[in-house]
Amino acid sequence: MNRINALFKRLKEERKKAFIVYITAGDPNLETTKKLIKELEKNGVDLIELGVPFSDPMADGPTIQRASQRALSGGTSIKSIFEAVHSVRKSVKLPLVFMTYYNPVLSYGPEKFVHDCKTAGVDGVIIPDLPPEEGKALADLSAKQDFSIIFLAAPTSSAKRLKIIAKKSSGFIYYVSLTGVTGERRNLAPDTVSSIRKLKKITKKPVCVGFGISRPSQAQRLSRIADGVIVGSAIINIIERNKGKKDFYKNVNRFTKSFERAVHKR
Amino acid sequence: MPKDRKTPDKRGYFGAFGGKFVPETLMCALEALEHELTKALKDGKFLSDLNYYLKYYAGRPTPLYFAKRLTEKLKGAKIYLKREDLAHTGAHKINNTLGQALLAKRMGKSRIIAETGAGQHGVATATVGAMFGFKCDVYMGTEDIKRQSLNVYRMKLMGARVIPVDSGSKTLKDATNEAIRDWVTNVRDTHYILGSVVGPHPYPFMVREFQSVIGKEAREEILRVEKRLPDFLIACVGGGSNSIGLFHPFAKDKKVRFIGVEAAGGGLSSKKHAATLIKGKTGVLHGSKSYLLQDKDGQVSMVHSISAGLDYPGVGPEHSYYKETGRASYVGVSDRDALFGFKLLSECEGIIPALEPSHAVYYASKIAPRLAMNKIIIVNLSGRGDKDIDIVKEHIRFK
Repeated sequence: MNRINALFKRLKEERKKAFIVYITAGDPNLETTKKLIKELEKNGVDLIELGVPFSDPMADGPTIQRASQRALSGGTSIKSIFEAVHSVRKSVKLPLVFMTYYNPVLSYGPEKFVHDCKTAGVDGVIIPDLPPEEGKALADLSAKQDFSIIFLAAPTSSAKRLKIIAKKSSGFIYYVSLTGVTGERRNLAPDTVSSIRKLKKITKKPVCVGFGISRPSQAQRLSRIADGVIVGSAIINIIERNKGKKDFYKNVNRFTKSFERAVHKR
Repeated sequence: MPKDRKTPDKRGYFGAFGGKFVPETLMCALEALEHELTKALKDGKFLSDLNYYLKYYAGRPTPLYFAKRLTEKLKGAKIYLKREDLAHTGAHKINNTLGQALLAKRMGKSRIIAETGAGQHGVATATVGAMFGFKCDVYMGTEDIKRQSLNVYRMKLMGARVIPVDSGSKTLKDATNEAIRDWVTNVRDTHYILGSVVGPHPYPFMVREFQSVIGKEAREEILRVEKRLPDFLIACVGGGSNSIGLFHPFAKDKKVRFIGVEAAGGGLSSKKHAATLIKGKTGVLHGSKSYLLQDKDGQVSMVHSISAGLDYPGVGPEHSYYKETGRASYVGVSDRDALFGFKLLSECEGIIPALEPSHAVYYASKIAPRLAMNKIIIVNLSGRGDKDIDIVKEHIRFK
């Protein structure tokens, strides 16, 4: 069983929810990324989404745009990210998934991409500009390799589309909590809870929710309904504010822990 | 070229190019748009409304003008100019914004947004925004705001908000990213009026349908005047809407050759150009698969052209299909040569062209002398040059 499925199986048995964190690979550099992965695991993160930076991230708000830009300016390439993951894989056990856009994958070659992900120890990929209709070829070749393609569902998805997404997605389903781009929001969209319930009725696959989650209280509320909660921009902002500081890891860890307790609270 | 294969197909593909590479949030909006468009294009009322506005508001049909002095000077093929510069707002962009605004009205949207490079599409969107009473926001790169300040002012005069985009190359590509982000956020009440034959399906198809009026008129007029079809159609290609608009109605006229002119900027061997079809490779940007200027890691390249409207690393998927099938050929014209074309047409014909079609004018002036005098070229003069005066002043000086 692959690491993602094993994780959700274990969490189900423990009646716990997944705490998922997004960080951009190479922000501010890959050495920090490697250390962050280890620290996040130690602080109770269940799964890490590792952003592979793209020059034109159209589903991302300013926070992740800036993180991507920092990573690219520092010379982060997809090849160097594979190397970093490969080296960190020896010491971390949690599932790692890439989050990127379709062009870097297409340019790398979808077959080679999946192969190199497997070799490096990446368990799946989330591609926000690749809906199931366009992702068929990648999904087919991933299925053969037990590699997960995690599709996204949105508040505007019709019932018909939700069924397709639920069917095609592997590992888990990424429910986008709002109509908009990534980034911290003061409030959750009012229909988030009912939409997740609706999605969970049509699928047995885990449903994890992300976009806009910026406070432990929001994460706690959503962890009652969803199978996992994804925090991205909020932690990137902490990384941005603390980079270069003596207390960098301490501050990131403190932030991580506050969400971890909220999600894992029983 | 496969015989009369329907393009795009049901999935929005022109051969291997096109598709819908967008966040899930937009998929329902694209389906709704496609549904409404299909209905509208068969609806007599919609078509007669559109024709009404094209005629009485935009001033169509635009003339197909025989450039007699230019032809005599070049001593070769006859050159005709399709005078899109005479359409209301000064460019072909109004053809598309009128069509999409009428659609937005049908769909009950209260707000329209657009991206703009040269500002012509932004102006055309602000225009229909004012005329139909939509709230209108236009995204524009800060670099373009500087070099096309006249159009920024025109948009504001018509009540649109111009939102500066300071990310990336601060030009059309980045304005498009920001417009897509806005649409993802406000998709329920907003229609995104994309200005070129780029983006996810049905945009490349829809914009082609609305811009094809250019080629339809040109075809009728040349048959009336010359009693035969032209030998060459020449148009500049940024995203590719004015060229597709001219080419498409001639698609089945196999003897009519299509030439798309891309911006070679500081030269094709430099990195400072925007010649996507000549130098790019297949990629995905702004919702469709097409040729793309990118580096070895699939990061989108910084591009350059003296004309803001051509300063774009992507291109419409139908052009990629035309290139692959050989239906059209694509050439590059540099900044310097475009300025030459600009001056040539101004002096020879008393027509000041925009810098975008100046690329096409230059290329026509290069091939015309090598062609027999009975050959016919139609150049799409997609816009007028007032907006470019500040840029041109820096390059062309008078005592």
